[in-house]
Amino acid sequence: MTPVLRCENLRKSFRGNLVLDDLTLDVAEHEVVALIGASGSGKSTLLRCVNLLEQIDDGLIHLDGEHITDPRVDPDGVRRKIGIVFQAYNLFPHMTVLDNITLAPTRVHRRARTEAREQAMAWLGRVGLADKAGEYPDRLSGGQQQRVAIVRALVNSPRLLLLDEVTSALDPELVGEVLTMIRELKGEGMTMVLATHEMGFARQVADRVVFLDGGRVLEQGPPEQVFGAPQQPRTQQFLRRIVEAGRL
Amino acid sequence: MTGSVLPPAATARAPWQPSAVERGRMAYRRRRAIFSVLIAAVSTAVVGVLLTVAVTGAPGWDRVKASFLDWDVAKESLPEILHGLVLNLELLVFCAIGALAVGLVVAILRTLRGPVAFPVRAIATGYTYAFRGVPLIIVLYVMTLGVPGLRLQGMPSTLVLGGVALVITYGAYLAEVFRAGIESIHPSQIAAARSLGLTYRQAMRHVVLPQAVRRVAPPLLNDTVALQKDVGLVSLAGPIDAVRAAQIQVAETYNFTPYIVAGVLFVLLALPLIGVTDWVTLRAARRQGARG
Repeated sequence: MTPVLRCENLRKSFRGNLVLDDLTLDVAEHEVVALIGASGSGKSTLLRCVNLLEQIDDGLIHLDGEHITDPRVDPDGVRRKIGIVFQAYNLFPHMTVLDNITLAPTRVHRRARTEAREQAMAWLGRVGLADKAGEYPDRLSGGQQQRVAIVRALVNSPRLLLLDEVTSALDPELVGEVLTMIRELKGEGMTMVLATHEMGFARQVADRVVFLDGGRVLEQGPPEQVFGAPQQPRTQQFLRRIVEAGRL
Repeated sequence: MTGSVLPPAATARAPWQPSAVERGRMAYRRRRAIFSVLIAAVSTAVVGVLLTVAVTGAPGWDRVKASFLDWDVAKESLPEILHGLVLNLELLVFCAIGALAVGLVVAILRTLRGPVAFPVRAIATGYTYAFRGVPLIIVLYVMTLGVPGLRLQGMPSTLVLGGVALVITYGAYLAEVFRAGIESIHPSQIAAARSLGLTYRQAMRHVVLPQAVRRVAPPLLNDTVALQKDVGLVSLAGPIDAVRAAQIQVAETYNFTPYIVAGVLFVLLALPLIGVTDWVTLRAARRQGARG
């Protein structure tokens, strides 16, 4: 079966600083892949490259078998099929929660306004935010804002959902509500790639954990293997530090 | 795939060479870039030719050319216009500095909080409302013709009074630009500064204003260029600026070319101002690592 996402030999550097170095990664349908690794290991850059927010220096990215790093490909068309959620939520502060969510469905996907609203309200109801539909983002807590941001990505029915450290800006109490939501999405078969510092969560929710180091996939496997019996010295060292910091 | 462990990276690898795919992409982008330049060149040429044909082919072109673009008249009128332009420049420098200072002070006064500051706030607000509303020419007439009528001791010259009229009018515009900049700085910045023990004044001076001024540099420049053109209006009260000098030349030669000369000089005068501001803004953005 064609993987949903296929990255082959990706290379990306910023002003001579090599961030992705010959990185290869496949993500199968319904699979949840957790990217772990130190800051600067290339997790976020990989997600941004997949969403074509950054232009890669070399390599190939396929989405559902389509070569999306071909310069002839329309990036907007690719992005319509990929949802991305950022660490800082990036909700539009001048729009209500409901308008944030229905912006792309009505303007990009040309759906009827009432239909988009109904779908948005259904989603908000599911994540317990139906009463916040008319609020502006700044009146919401971080966890609420991040759940709205995830809903905003989901209403476009993406083939692939990219989550870039979505809980890093949240306090521990609010992390739970966002992680619960992601766990539910996994139950529904959403294909996801998440960059995360939440090792415990990666262990619970991921089908596969990928350890990035120096812009390459240094080690990957099922969570119990990567966390339980890491093979590479760098992975062992990284996980030891995480344990020492009390994050696992 | 699952469960595999990749071999460790070889310690010494050959330096990176673009793959065939990447070379293909580079070639495609290069072709696209060349194509874009060609299209731009062709469309510019077409528009240029059409405009030239439309203007020079117009039935009255020869007469317009003779009365607006006479090279000899231009050369002859240039010294007088340049002489007038010196007045524009002097006025511009003093009025720009004056209006920026007035604008900044009024903007800060308008942001003061608390009941004690109410009268100050009210006066500052009233000033910006009034002088953004009154036409500049009326302020100029009142200042240069009305005020001397008071026959007070030590009345300054018409030129100074005209300059004052410009400063108070433009100060009101600039105050609003500065205020917009100050209010665009997030309150968390003041909170952070106050939390370090800085007073409100220090927080304004060291944290808020530097960011605010940088943010509103482009609109400030806009108003400065507008001021540069409006300083010439003091000629209504007598002093001879570049435009007035051109007007005199037009009256003497029965030829409109001096107006064109003055216009070109004003454009040339604005260019360095625009260039400097763009450079300052760009440099600030680069230093803070903002990406374009």
